[in-house]
Amino acid sequence: MTIRDESPAADEKRSPYNFAYLDEQTKRMIRRAILKAVAIPGYQVPFASREMPMPYGWGTGGVQVTAAIIGPDDVLKVIDQGADDTTNAVSIRGFFAKTAGVATTTRTTEATIIQTRHRIPEAPLSEDQIIVFQVPIPEPLRFLEPRETETRTMHGLEEYGLVHVKLYEDIARHGHIATTYAYPVKVEGRYVMDPSPIPKFDNPKMDNSPALQLFGAGREKRIYAIPPYSSVKSLDFEDHPFEVQRFEAPCALCAATGVYLDEVILDDRGGRMFVCSDTDNCEQRREAGHTGTAAGIGGESQ
Amino acid sequence: MYVAVKGGEAAIRNAHRLLAERRRGDRSVPSLTIAQILEQLTLAVDRVMTEGSLYDRRLAALAIKQARGDLVEAIFLLRAYRTTLPRFGSSVPLDTGAMLIERRISATFKDLPGGQLLGPTFDYTHRLLDPDMEDDDEPVDAGTVAVEREAVPRVTDLLGGAGLIEPDGVHDPEIPVGDLTREPLSFPADRDLRLQALARGDEGFLLALGYSTQRGYARSHPFAGEIRMGEVEIEIEIAELDFPVPLGRITVTECQMVNQFKGNGDAPPQFTRGYGLVFGHAERKAMAMALCDRALRARELGEELTAAAQDEEFVLSHLDNVQATGFVEHLKLPHYVDFQAELDLLRRLRAEHEARKAEDAAAVQIREAAE
Repeated sequence: MTIRDESPAADEKRSPYNFAYLDEQTKRMIRRAILKAVAIPGYQVPFASREMPMPYGWGTGGVQVTAAIIGPDDVLKVIDQGADDTTNAVSIRGFFAKTAGVATTTRTTEATIIQTRHRIPEAPLSEDQIIVFQVPIPEPLRFLEPRETETRTMHGLEEYGLVHVKLYEDIARHGHIATTYAYPVKVEGRYVMDPSPIPKFDNPKMDNSPALQLFGAGREKRIYAIPPYSSVKSLDFEDHPFEVQRFEAPCALCAATGVYLDEVILDDRGGRMFVCSDTDNCEQRREAGHTGTAAGIGGESQ
Repeated sequence: MYVAVKGGEAAIRNAHRLLAERRRGDRSVPSLTIAQILEQLTLAVDRVMTEGSLYDRRLAALAIKQARGDLVEAIFLLRAYRTTLPRFGSSVPLDTGAMLIERRISATFKDLPGGQLLGPTFDYTHRLLDPDMEDDDEPVDAGTVAVEREAVPRVTDLLGGAGLIEPDGVHDPEIPVGDLTREPLSFPADRDLRLQALARGDEGFLLALGYSTQRGYARSHPFAGEIRMGEVEIEIEIAELDFPVPLGRITVTECQMVNQFKGNGDAPPQFTRGYGLVFGHAERKAMAMALCDRALRARELGEELTAAAQDEEFVLSHLDNVQATGFVEHLKLPHYVDFQAELDLLRRLRAEHEARKAEDAAAVQIREAAE
């Protein structure tokens, strides 16, 4: 069916598919795109994205990047909305456990590859780690200019006035910048890049990160990257500097502050609590003995 | 509450078991066989092969069964399989002129060499539900007639002989034909890539776009020059041999639209072409494809770009139903991190709005008191 490689998973399990599903030519094609992306930080490299056995828009870009870089000794963590156990994260983790036979983990510190949708873990990443982002719309200028031919020219000419006009219009209308996620960044002083729909809370984690950051957009057929220790600056104005969301209360389960929180509705009378979006971070803290105001009523896992 | 985001693994497993059960339906009813789908739902099989970009009737039938009859889902299944297959070459161009014709009609000539052959068609049937179909139906034998095989030249070749229609596009044999499944599509795209995209494109989307050209959005006065359906031979060139080797035969439907063209500075007034070619018997798709192909040639023919159907980037970016369904349906995935960020912003904006209103009201009161 596919051109077979000497991969242990394919031999032992007699899977009809190659190690990590993709055939080796496709992996090579993706690796070439990744290398180019790393060489030109923030630049969107077109690649011949394949149909994957999960739908476009559900992480096919991230899955292809992960499939191209994963080896038998890697330890994979997959999160969606910061959580390891949301349905799509479970599905993607299961896909690689099955097709590549790799070890998986929920602990951020144990993982060598972290595939994510919409979040960057709270625990700082290290040089030994690669974080792979799933990207729905890779073009930061797309909602200002729908045509690809136009936006590519704008990137080529470094013509980013339109983004600043959009941010300025926000300030004029609302008094502050009304972009809360997928907040555009400038990489290494050159390309304006979409950080994927992470909350802008996570943007500062991209700057000068020791980990390699790779971005895959399957449906839109683009790969881009931020090499380790690159400058990543969120766009702003001198008199309206970039700022992140702040939460009033700590996590109700582990009392963490300075982390991103999810709102959980408790009843139909307006009762709600805020808990860590990063489930691993929350579990680690609770294991270490931190307890929040609602520690007794939540956090059970199956 | 917090449990809501937990337990994904077991939930997925159970959901898939339920899906399998619902797919099977009432177990006292015999299970649908692949042979039944192959033999009796042939047009569904043809559509799945065409938009799945893989000519394999059996796998298409299997995909239809597995997808519970959801053809877009079946197309997706076939595509996901196709993408794992190695590509070892491309065939020599099909000679549809040498087709073993099962149906051939022309709307432009009453009679023509090779004749008009209706073949199996819904055309001219009265769309009356047939209660007899509820039971096992055995239609009368259609019978066969032995006929002399004569050449059935393509209508466009007949017109082309007199120079009334533009010549068929020529493709430089030195340049490999593009393949958008192997190289990312970039704009502007050449006609080979556009035709490939159209052939794989969603029938409903192309039907609507083609229809829009007929209603005046980029009207091109089309005539169905010819529609033919039948078997053609696939041949492939092998490096060691100096003749092409036949691989087998496939059934295709071809549509040649003939469109008015007033000519421009370079080209004399002549008819132009819109082309459609699909696997199996899929006339609606072939015709819609031909209308869209012609509309997309606006730039090449120096026509004014006014409508969606002429907009290459718009059409080619949105015609793929596997991409479209994935992205539309991804809205089902959790978005609570982003939603939280929006919620936070909205609350802040509303608080500021309230504060401003209160301030304004206070200012009005003070002014009124002062007056």
